Amino acid sequence: MSHDNIAFHRKHMLPEAPPPVTETGAIKWLRENLFSSIPNGILTVVSAYVVLTIAMAAAPWFFNGVWDSPSLSACREMLDGRTGACFAVLTERWNQLLFGFQYPSRLYWRPTLAFVLLFVAIAPVLFIKYTPRGLLVLTGLYPFIAYWLIWGGSIVVPVVALLGVLFGAFVYRRTMTASAGVAVIAGIVAAMVFWWAAGAVTAGLSGVMALEPVASRDMGGFMINLMLGVICVSLSLPFGILLALGRQSSMPIVKWICVAFIEFIRGVPLITLLFVANVVLAYFLPPGTTFDLILRVIIMITMFASAYIAEVIRGGLAALPRGQYEAADSLGLDYAQSMQLVILPQALRISIPGIVNVAVGLFKDTTLVSVISMFDIVGMIRGPILASTEWNGVYWELFGFAALLFFITCYGISQYSQWLERQLQTDHR
Amino acid sequence: MKKTVFLGALTVAGLVGGAAAAATLDDVKARGKLNCGVNTGLVGFAAPDANGVWEGFDVAVCRAVAAAVLGDPTAVEFVPTTAKTRFTALASGEVDLLVRNTTWTFSRDTDLKFDFVGVNYYDGQGFMAPKALGVSSAKELDGATVCIQTGTTTELNLADFFRRNNISYEPVPIETNAEGQQQYLAGACDTYTTDASGLASTRAAFENPGDHVILPEIISKEPLGPLVRHGDNEWGDIVRWTLNALISAEELGVTSANVAELASGPTDSPEVNRLLGTEGNLGEMIGLGKDWAVRMIAAVGNYGEVFEKNIGEKTPIGLARGLNAQWTDGGLLYSPPFR
Repeated sequence: MSHDNIAFHRKHMLPEAPPPVTETGAIKWLRENLFSSIPNGILTVVSAYVVLTIAMAAAPWFFNGVWDSPSLSACREMLDGRTGACFAVLTERWNQLLFGFQYPSRLYWRPTLAFVLLFVAIAPVLFIKYTPRGLLVLTGLYPFIAYWLIWGGSIVVPVVALLGVLFGAFVYRRTMTASAGVAVIAGIVAAMVFWWAAGAVTAGLSGVMALEPVASRDMGGFMINLMLGVICVSLSLPFGILLALGRQSSMPIVKWICVAFIEFIRGVPLITLLFVANVVLAYFLPPGTTFDLILRVIIMITMFASAYIAEVIRGGLAALPRGQYEAADSLGLDYAQSMQLVILPQALRISIPGIVNVAVGLFKDTTLVSVISMFDIVGMIRGPILASTEWNGVYWELFGFAALLFFITCYGISQYSQWLERQLQTDHR
Repeated sequence: MKKTVFLGALTVAGLVGGAAAAATLDDVKARGKLNCGVNTGLVGFAAPDANGVWEGFDVAVCRAVAAAVLGDPTAVEFVPTTAKTRFTALASGEVDLLVRNTTWTFSRDTDLKFDFVGVNYYDGQGFMAPKALGVSSAKELDGATVCIQTGTTTELNLADFFRRNNISYEPVPIETNAEGQQQYLAGACDTYTTDASGLASTRAAFENPGDHVILPEIISKEPLGPLVRHGDNEWGDIVRWTLNALISAEELGVTSANVAELASGPTDSPEVNRLLGTEGNLGEMIGLGKDWAVRMIAAVGNYGEVFEKNIGEKTPIGLARGLNAQWTDGGLLYSPPFR
């Protein structure tokens, strides 16, 4: 055996060859994702064609857009026959789209400030793990500050409301040991009594730190959608939890009331409830009472949302294994404690996707109030703006803008909920 | 069934409301503001401008009543109403007066317990169709899809017209005029039907108005007018004679420009004197001051001025006077005498 007998003998490693061109980078991705088989290839080509056609048609419309013009006819003259959007309607009616047409323009800073503060107030709740507990105080104060900013009037009103809530909470804590149900009722009654008493005492203080008051019917635009969405979602959560627990209660009267309420509300379209709020209630109230329309609508939408959220949470409660209930009982916890410490945290976590689903749907449903002649953003577009002689006939720009606002909000909510689900992910994957 | 219950509720409410709010004039004066129900938005008739100030042909009637009763044309709280909420708003007392291009019909006047106090615009229902459809008469619309506003008299007129001519149609229900305009332009329906004034203003907003024709048939009488609740005749009289004063002022040549001069002393025309309060005491008979009509005309002008400013031929809507000319010019406007 000698070395000469071996025909070829490599003495060193070959350099790494690049992978075949079809197995790397963009081409691999295209091959695997878009052209993995003949039908998929055809689908890809067809879809690309459709997307391109739409983009090509929309691009000149968008990029030729006129942003500054006093009226639709002037805008069409500027375009001079070219395809193009009249975004000028958005710039000219910007404030009307956001605040309605009656909110005094010198006071726009107030709802704007309330909107900014909303993020400050909501952050401690949304990112509860990453913010100090103490900041939750801000969240608790926010509804009262926002009310004062948006509606104006004396600061005494929100302060009294806040004190009433605190008093109710105090009574709730104190009676908690007796029974959870009694505590809830006692808390509510205590708050009511406090408000009633305070109303008599503070009647003379209406000028203290008063902001210029703005009537509810002067509000409009996207502001109303946001207000209704935020208020109704946050109110319907506690009510929904109570209803869901009530439906599972072993006390027949509580159970029947909750079942009847949920089933009735879920069996009636929201628009019907809104008509009731707007039209029918006026007949039952004594003549001359002015029961604020926004308040009526808030009550109706909250009832509607509570019923749906109650069902979502019931799903969460039902999904918990029986062992969890029994474990809580065996630890010697009473009903309120077992719910607060063991059952609800788990049930609510399961319910998050459903709750967010209801919240997003509800937020979009707030546009229904335009049918009962409230000027939310859709009401503003369909009524005053399209009925003005300047802008009669602009549709795509306005409704596109409204859709964009809603998309941004709803997409934000859904992204947050997905993040939250990942955060709370503790189960077995 | 549903309708009966609804009308029943309305009736009960009408009785209660009528009994409870007998003296609307006192309420309005005490409140210092007139609550006036108007359209949520109809081009030329009622719409807020870029500054949020309500303007339009119907709005002018509200302002005239406010000027006559309270002396201030801006002392009006405009309550926007949709076709569905307008009657309950009036019956429940939410508004004192409804001026919302509402057609005067038998059942609305009697069964719904309202009083129409007159007519401020004589309208009629027409059809608009694209030129490309090649239709020259509404009777050729057999089998057509028709965009139609629900909850209005136009819906019933349409059914009557097609049944009478024994042709078929397919309704495409819509909620507002804006929606109808868009559906029609998008080709969702072959023809759009609503009041002729609405068709004219709708067509004026099109990019190519020449591509659409308004068919010659006017299939209904649509006298649009202000209305008040049953049971308060004094208030009804005030609104009725405010409207009549607007019409008479045009007939007598009293305008917002010359009213101050004419009212400064008795003129040669006794009827002008009576209208403007320099002779007789007509104003006191309806519980307003002597110069009620002067305040009103100075604030909004006479009927002709209101028409020209809001919907006349110089505006983008461009409606001719037509039936709405004075009776002396061959129209239907005919105010009873101020005597």
